[in-house]
Amino acid sequence: MNILMLGWELPPHNSGGLGVACYQMAKQLAIDGVTIDFVVPYRADHGIDFMTIHHAIDMAPEALATHGAYDSACYSCDDQASCDHDVPTSLREQQQHYIKRIEQIVAATQPDVIHAHDWLTFEAGIRAKELTGKPLVAHVHATEFDRSGEHHGNPLVHEIEYNGLLMADRIIAVSQITKDIIVKEYNIPADKIEVVHNSVDVADYQSLEDENTYRYLTAMKQRGYTVVVSVGRLTVQKGYRYLLEAAKRAIDKEPKLLFMLAGSGELRDELLLRSAELGIAENVLFTGFVRGKAWRDVYTIGDIFIMPSVSEPFGLVALEAAGHHNAVLLSKQSGAAEVLHNVLKFDFWDTETQASQIVDIAHYNSLKTTLTDMITYEFNRLSWQKAADQFQKIYSQLSTTEVLMAKALA
Amino acid sequence: MSHTTHHHAAAAKQTPRAVVLYLHVHQPYRVRPYTIFEAGHDHNYFNQADPAGGANNETILKKVAKKSYMPMNAVLLELLHKHPEFHVALSITGTVIEQMEQWAPEALDSFRELVATGRVEIVAETYYHSLAFFYSRFEFAKQVRMHEDKIKQVFGVKPQVFRNTEFSYNNDLAYWADSMGYKGILTEGWDPILGWRSPNFVYRPSHTNNIRLLMKNYRMSDDIAFRFSNHNWREWPLTADKYVQWINDLPAEQTNVNLFMDYETFGEHQWAETGIFDFLKAFPAAFLQRTGNTFMTPSQAIDAFAPVDTVDVPYTITWADTERDLTAWLGNPMQQQAMHLLYELETDVLATDDLGLIEDWRRMQISDHPYYMCTKWFRDGDVHAYFSPYDSPYDAFMYYINSLRDLKLRIAEHSKKHTTSVSDQQGGTH
Repeated sequence: MNILMLGWELPPHNSGGLGVACYQMAKQLAIDGVTIDFVVPYRADHGIDFMTIHHAIDMAPEALATHGAYDSACYSCDDQASCDHDVPTSLREQQQHYIKRIEQIVAATQPDVIHAHDWLTFEAGIRAKELTGKPLVAHVHATEFDRSGEHHGNPLVHEIEYNGLLMADRIIAVSQITKDIIVKEYNIPADKIEVVHNSVDVADYQSLEDENTYRYLTAMKQRGYTVVVSVGRLTVQKGYRYLLEAAKRAIDKEPKLLFMLAGSGELRDELLLRSAELGIAENVLFTGFVRGKAWRDVYTIGDIFIMPSVSEPFGLVALEAAGHHNAVLLSKQSGAAEVLHNVLKFDFWDTETQASQIVDIAHYNSLKTTLTDMITYEFNRLSWQKAADQFQKIYSQLSTTEVLMAKALA
Repeated sequence: MSHTTHHHAAAAKQTPRAVVLYLHVHQPYRVRPYTIFEAGHDHNYFNQADPAGGANNETILKKVAKKSYMPMNAVLLELLHKHPEFHVALSITGTVIEQMEQWAPEALDSFRELVATGRVEIVAETYYHSLAFFYSRFEFAKQVRMHEDKIKQVFGVKPQVFRNTEFSYNNDLAYWADSMGYKGILTEGWDPILGWRSPNFVYRPSHTNNIRLLMKNYRMSDDIAFRFSNHNWREWPLTADKYVQWINDLPAEQTNVNLFMDYETFGEHQWAETGIFDFLKAFPAAFLQRTGNTFMTPSQAIDAFAPVDTVDVPYTITWADTERDLTAWLGNPMQQQAMHLLYELETDVLATDDLGLIEDWRRMQISDHPYYMCTKWFRDGDVHAYFSPYDSPYDAFMYYINSLRDLKLRIAEHSKKHTTSVSDQQGGTH
């Protein structure tokens, strides 16, 4: 089975969970014997040997429009986007280049199924379907409704998503929450959508015994502080405004609490200001965008990992936190809460419950120990195998249908 | 099982055989979702406002009364009227009696009617269905007395046979019950304890003088309590005739088949639609067909049959789970800490003499609280394996512990007030 996967990023050139999920699911599929051609918009040395990687545009990963896959809010089409420039600079131009390049790639790869990841590649997916007549799988990792938090989002992006979902032969949603959004907001029939939860590759995690990047936090923990960490872009979607209100309430009850938010984003200044207004600026730390050791050490230093998202299609970071011995707190509005059981859950707007949970963990070691022991057990049983099996089933159903249709028409 | 001819031949000289049916009636006071922000403000831990909230005690009690207590007691009363041989034993916790008094007096009346026949024995236990035996013997003895008083007040009888919460049992408990003058005690007929021996006899607990031990035949009890409606069970559907045949096929020397189970098996765990009430209605008639077969209360069985052996239980067993131990209540650090925090309040809370405060502390001892914190089956996400009004064992712990914070605060304020008034008086004498 040849699969043409259309993606926007792969580690280490990823800005979020999308790249990680694509990499790990492709790896599992490759192990299971699927041949994968994976398209990314940039040229780089990936150090990947289990699949063939195609570069849609001859540019360095750094030339990708800022925050790549997630920067939908500023996306526009009216800048006379075209393929005339050698190196496209705007997101729209980069997309156009990507689509144009697909023609050559499908000719060379002859896929059985086209598997497109999120709106950025949906148009390219439709084009590939037109060119080859092969079935298209639209994989939804996030919709524009999620990215825009409690707002409505960019209508241009909605349109691209809508077209992709309509043209797709099958849709994969990363959670039931996402499936519900696709049905409700895009009027897609539910039976066209399959939920396949993300997972993690546990073998990728080895705990390192070296000194933690955050020496201040290490020192404060020795003084009896409890460290609450979160990893995510500082955007409306991630619910950090609510987290700060909850933090204030929690610190009033238990002053020995520190919150560290790892990530960058347009809300950073607002969140800084708000933490000062609430009088908790000393307890709230911002790391900016981190990767590598500084990123891993965020999980390691945390006693509690919290994901307060307003709308989180999945939230791979929650699974990563589960592998680092954190007590995990998730908003009920996150897909990861459908997969993880030994976690505390709250509604994102319910700052009282959020704060109460944090204080209880800080005060009762028995609660923290039970949560972390049990989630470690859960984590060690995670793998992409189940997801890969579901993908393979979808692929074979689609190609069988296609063969039958061809026979019927002949 | 095709030894019918053999048994019919022996029917003439049948030795007596009794079914000892014992049912346990209990409802806890569930703690409502209670955050740390309520601690110090709201002292009501057991009164969830939302009737559909899942932890609403009134809603649940009324539902159970309607689905189980009322129809089941009607069946039992009918059987008592129809068969003079029919006997049954019940243990009814103080907390469920209180709740029936408040929310379903007609259900309590129907229990009274059963006991008034004189053929329904009430079994003693702790008022609060607590684990006090393992934390405070003083408190444990107090709760047993409270239960005895309540039973006397409501039913006008004095229990002769004891059972501890969840059939938790060890030599120590038997020694205590013996010294208190109980004639019998009930527990699980667990194979590692019995070895090659059968539970279908009366036993003597080791290190005791007069008391007798009745042990649950868990296979035959669970056929009704757990497997009755399981369509994948090869014996499904279970008919009264088939079940009676199993009992009649037991070796002739076995005297008493102890069918011990939760009362709520009838109508709540096994819904009426499964045919459980019809099964029960048909069972006595089918069983009593054979000469020598009868029903007995635990007391009657102890009087009728001499003990065949001594049973030694040096460690604690219960009737729960495949482990038959206390790990469903005290297996993880949350459960252990919660119980330690609770029982370390004993001296201080009793010193307040505040009856409302002491009652709340005792209601926090109901063993269902730590049971809801059990994580044994939760790690695989098998959230439905356990009855719980909460989303997770962690929520159960947090609501509980936050209520305890408030309780502790109330105790502290009480003793502060007390100290102040004492020092005021002292100030006055100067």
